[in-house]
Amino acid sequence: MNAADLPSSCDLVVIGGGPAGLAAAALAARAGVQTVLFDENAGVGGQIYRGITATPVEDRAILGADYWAGVGLVDEARASGAVIVNGAIVWSLDPARRVGVSIAGKARLIQARQVIVATGSLERPLPIPGWTLPGVMTAGAAQTALKAQGLVPDGRTVMAGAGPLLWLLAAQLLRAGAKIEAILDTAPRMNWLRAAWHLPDFALSPYWSKGLALLREVKAKVPVIRVDRVEAHGRDRFAEVAFGSASGERRMKADLLLLHHGVVPNVNLALAAGVAHRWNGRQLCFEPVVDQDFGTSIPGIAVAGDGAGIAGGTAAAERGRIAAIAAVAALKPDAILPQVQAIRQRLAREEMGRAFLDVLYQPAPGHRRPVGDTIVCRCEEVTARQVRDAADLGCEGPNQMKAFLRCGMGPCQGRLCGLTVTELIAEQRRSNPAEVGYYRLRPPVKPISLAELASLPISDAERKAVER
Amino acid sequence: MFKRLGSTGTEVMLKVDGKPVRARSGDTVAAALLAAGIDHCRTTPVTGAPRAPYCLMGVCFDCLVTIDGVGSRQGCLVPVREGMAVETQLGRREAGR
Repeated sequence: MNAADLPSSCDLVVIGGGPAGLAAAALAARAGVQTVLFDENAGVGGQIYRGITATPVEDRAILGADYWAGVGLVDEARASGAVIVNGAIVWSLDPARRVGVSIAGKARLIQARQVIVATGSLERPLPIPGWTLPGVMTAGAAQTALKAQGLVPDGRTVMAGAGPLLWLLAAQLLRAGAKIEAILDTAPRMNWLRAAWHLPDFALSPYWSKGLALLREVKAKVPVIRVDRVEAHGRDRFAEVAFGSASGERRMKADLLLLHHGVVPNVNLALAAGVAHRWNGRQLCFEPVVDQDFGTSIPGIAVAGDGAGIAGGTAAAERGRIAAIAAVAALKPDAILPQVQAIRQRLAREEMGRAFLDVLYQPAPGHRRPVGDTIVCRCEEVTARQVRDAADLGCEGPNQMKAFLRCGMGPCQGRLCGLTVTELIAEQRRSNPAEVGYYRLRPPVKPISLAELASLPISDAERKAVER
Repeated sequence: MFKRLGSTGTEVMLKVDGKPVRARSGDTVAAALLAAGIDHCRTTPVTGAPRAPYCLMGVCFDCLVTIDGVGSRQGCLVPVREGMAVETQLGRREAGR
């Protein structure tokens, strides 16, 4: 669909085509609400169901049954009557619910009566020495390349970090024939003591048996090494990983290093819209403040899915449905809707094991708050030492830090450094992340050229306002 | 660095810095560069350090390349097209591109 074919106003705009967005759009459209879903990728599915409609991975065992569950969500959304627009980059959302979107270089502003932001999560930055070298990628990147293009790491691969996705990806890569030299497990052993408290809930959750099976599958084939430090080395390209623990230092030659430290909400669009956020001390990230229907501080704007706090793909779909029921009820009070109570119960079951996983895989302070010449802001190449020194000089928060060092002002707009900068300032100033806060984000949240902006349709009134 | 699991899709030919590169339909520009074994796709504006795709999900902006004359395109979000001209982006986006 071209930008010119979009309606100028719409009952419900859903932003993001992952599980939350697909489920929300399907439910709302089926209830008779005019629904448009924007997704920036070539196909829907988000990250968890990436490439679900076109993946070249034919052997279903490689990606596993949980991946293929995404087919049902896509079918539901496509059959619902919702307008699904791929390749649509949403660069703006304001409190009046005007959605700025760009498709193939042409921009439009769409007035929505209700908006569901389903922008999901991104991988938590793991700022280690050398993480900007070509040959170092996120685990999620390798998973995306596998799902969407059937690309498998060729050569010696090392994975480092912690979190459920690391183990899932290791299993998928092994099934696809990759050679993993080692998994460097950075989860602090002490986490087990605190996580044990949440173990009974986790044992009742769907993740328990799946998680154990994955661990067994991977550990049978790959050496797992407990480490406290990880460094990537190489000139112009990654060539060697150095790692160490209390028992000593080691080096290993490799071709690809995949880093993972869990996922955190992708907050840029919701923050730029002015949605109130708070610090989550267990997941160590900022998340929007939402009510039980995932409504935010701004009327008519909901945030569903992992964007509202990490809970996983199945929970994301349930959250999308709950947000959609609230949106439909506001737009069309006489609509026939599914029972929200049953959905809330399914969501509660999905979220049950979360506390255990959050605590068990909580990254160690040293991996969240780097020191020395380790790059924190990849775009502007700002180091941990520079951020710490500026905080010592009196820089109080991330926004002032932009003026000092330009960190967070490159094209990624803080997505890969925001949490690190907040935590570094908090540490230097003996404060806490909630006090220090996050970057102030403003639209456009994605780069857009002046030519794209100039392509916005102009009304006669707007033209007369500037022409003499 | 990466190999292909199978050979589904049809062949698409790109030009990368003037040289022909084989890709498959369904590839993004960033995936095609990784599959072709290209070691970096841009250099940074600050120190000129080489960078390659890092997140492949549109958030890190390390896969920025010039595509058909337009600078700073996110290679991981743009599907390949027959005859597409991709250029390594050196430092800042050039004025007018």
